[in-house]
Amino acid sequence: MKILVPVKRVIDYNVKPRVKSDGTGVDLANVKMSMNPFDEIAVEEAIRLKEAGSAEEIVAVSIGPAKAQETLRTALAMGADRAILVETDEEVEPLAVAKILKAIVDEEAPGLVILGKQAIDDDSNQTGQMLAALLGRPQGTFASKVVIEGDSVSVTREVDGGLETVKLAMPAVVTTDLRLNEPRYASLPNIMKAKKKPLDTKAPGDYGVEIAPRLKTLKVSEPPVRQAGIKVPDVDTLVAKLKDMGVA
Amino acid sequence: MKTLVWVEHDNTSVKDATLSAVTAASKLGEVHLLVAGSGCKAVAEAAAQIAGVGKVHLADDAAYEHGLAENVAPLIVDLMGHHDAFVAPATTTGKNIAPRVAALLDVMQVSDILSVEGEKTFTRPIYAGNAIATVESGDAKLVVTVRGTAFEKAAATGGSAAIEDVSGAGDAGLSSFVGAEIAESERPELTSAKIIVSGGRALKDGPTFEEYILPLADKLGAAVGASRAAVDAGYVPNDYQVGQTGKIVAPEVYIAIGISGAIQHLAGMKDSKTIIAINKDEDAPIFQVADIGLVADLFSAVPELTGKL
Repeated sequence: MKILVPVKRVIDYNVKPRVKSDGTGVDLANVKMSMNPFDEIAVEEAIRLKEAGSAEEIVAVSIGPAKAQETLRTALAMGADRAILVETDEEVEPLAVAKILKAIVDEEAPGLVILGKQAIDDDSNQTGQMLAALLGRPQGTFASKVVIEGDSVSVTREVDGGLETVKLAMPAVVTTDLRLNEPRYASLPNIMKAKKKPLDTKAPGDYGVEIAPRLKTLKVSEPPVRQAGIKVPDVDTLVAKLKDMGVA
Repeated sequence: MKTLVWVEHDNTSVKDATLSAVTAASKLGEVHLLVAGSGCKAVAEAAAQIAGVGKVHLADDAAYEHGLAENVAPLIVDLMGHHDAFVAPATTTGKNIAPRVAALLDVMQVSDILSVEGEKTFTRPIYAGNAIATVESGDAKLVVTVRGTAFEKAAATGGSAAIEDVSGAGDAGLSSFVGAEIAESERPELTSAKIIVSGGRALKDGPTFEEYILPLADKLGAAVGASRAAVDAGYVPNDYQVGQTGKIVAPEVYIAIGISGAIQHLAGMKDSKTIIAINKDEDAPIFQVADIGLVADLFSAVPELTGKL
C-alpha cells in the first residue's frame, strides 16, 4: 500500500503572528516558517505504518511557493520516500487544495491519505473532509489511533465528550489529532540523504484545477485587546474580588 | 435566505451548541433545522420548540444514529436543493460533516465564524485567534460553522415549528461505528459552564490535579479544564483540554492555575469575561491577559482559596 501525506508550510507555531497595519493580512516577511504541527504527526504516522509493514511507499505532497520544498525535504528526512511540490505563489484555499489532492490521488492510488486536522495559519479544518468528499471515500477525522485491519482501517477519533472508534473501508482519508503520536526529529544523516530523494515539481494547471479564491478577505485586524489587569497581593484580596463579582 | 441548521444531539436531547448556531442562522434569514439520527423523534420535538425556527426536518434512520459524515452529508446535500445556507455548530460533529457537504456542493466553507456582518460576510479567527479576518463568500450557497461562544443561545422554548419527515439514501456502506468511550462527568459541561477552573503542568500528576483543582471547582460549581501540557502528561483526559486544538470556551470567569499561557492555550479562553491567574512565575504570559493575577505557589494558595470560599 502507498500512503499519501499532504504537508503545509506555515508560520512556526511558537511565533506570535503580527497583523499588518494596512489590514491586508499577517506579516510573514522574515518570520520563521515550519511544517504545520498536525502534518508532522501525519508524516510520523505514515512512517510508523511503513515500519510496521502496512505500507510500502510514502509520498509527501505540498502545495505552495518554491520554499515549500524545504517542508517536503523535512518530510523526506523524517522518512517519506518521495515528494511532489505543486508550486504556486497564490494562496490556495482548502477546496482547491482538496481538488489538486484528488487529482494526485487519482494518479497515485494510495490506500490511505493522512493529513493534519487543521493548519495553524487559517485554522480551517476542512481539507481532509473535502478530499474524502471529492473522492467519494470515507473519512476518519481527528484521529488519535489508526489500526490497519486488512482492507479496512479502524480509526479512534477525539470527539467532544471523549473518544469514538469508526471502521472505514480503504482507500480512506484520515486526519490527525495531536495525541496520535510524537513526531521524530530528522537526524543529520537523514537530512543529507533526503537531499537525494526524488522531488517532482508541478503546477496547479497540470492537474486542471482552477485555484481562484472563493472567499474574499476584506480585512484582517487585531483581536480586541484585553484591558490591563491587576495583581492582588494575597488570597484574601482574591476572595474579596470573587465575592464582589458574585462568583463566591 | 433559507438556512438549514444542523442539530447537535445524542438521539435523546438537543445540545446547547445548536442554540448558538440558530442565533447565527437567524441573522441570515429563515431558519430550518435538520435532526438526523435514529429513534430521535423526541429530539425533533424539542427542536421544534426552539424560538425562531420555521421548520424541522427529521431524518430518522439507523444509518444516521452516530452522525457518520459519509451517510449524513448526501442527505444534507439533498436538502440544500431548497436551502441557501447550511449552518452547523463548530463542534467535532459539525467540523466533521460541514466540509464534506461544502465540497459536494463545490463551495468553500467559512469555518468557526465569530459574527455575521452581511448576507455573505463573516468574521472568523485565524492564526490561533491572533488575528480576525473579515471574509466574503462568492459562492452561490453558503456553508458555515459557528463558534458557539460568539453567539447568544436562542431560547429553547417558545417556538412551534412543524416537523417534516425526510429520507435520504441511508447507509453509504463506506464506514461503520464501532464504539465510543465517553468521559464521565458530574460537573457542568466545559463549553457551556459559567465558571471554569483550569489546571496546567504545574499540578505535577493526576492525583495532585484532582486534590487541588476539583475541590475549588466544586466549591464554585465550576467546570474543570486543563492545558495541553496537563492532558499530554496524563493528568486528565483530553476532552478537558482548552485551546486551539481543544475546546474554545468563553465563561464568565476562567481561573487558570499553574498555566503559563502559551498562545495555543490563550486561543481557547481569551474571550472569557474575567480571567484569573494563579502562578508562581510573575513573568508568565498568562498575566498579560489576566484581569486578576495572584503570584503565589498554587500548592498553598489554592487550598487557602478553597478554604476561604
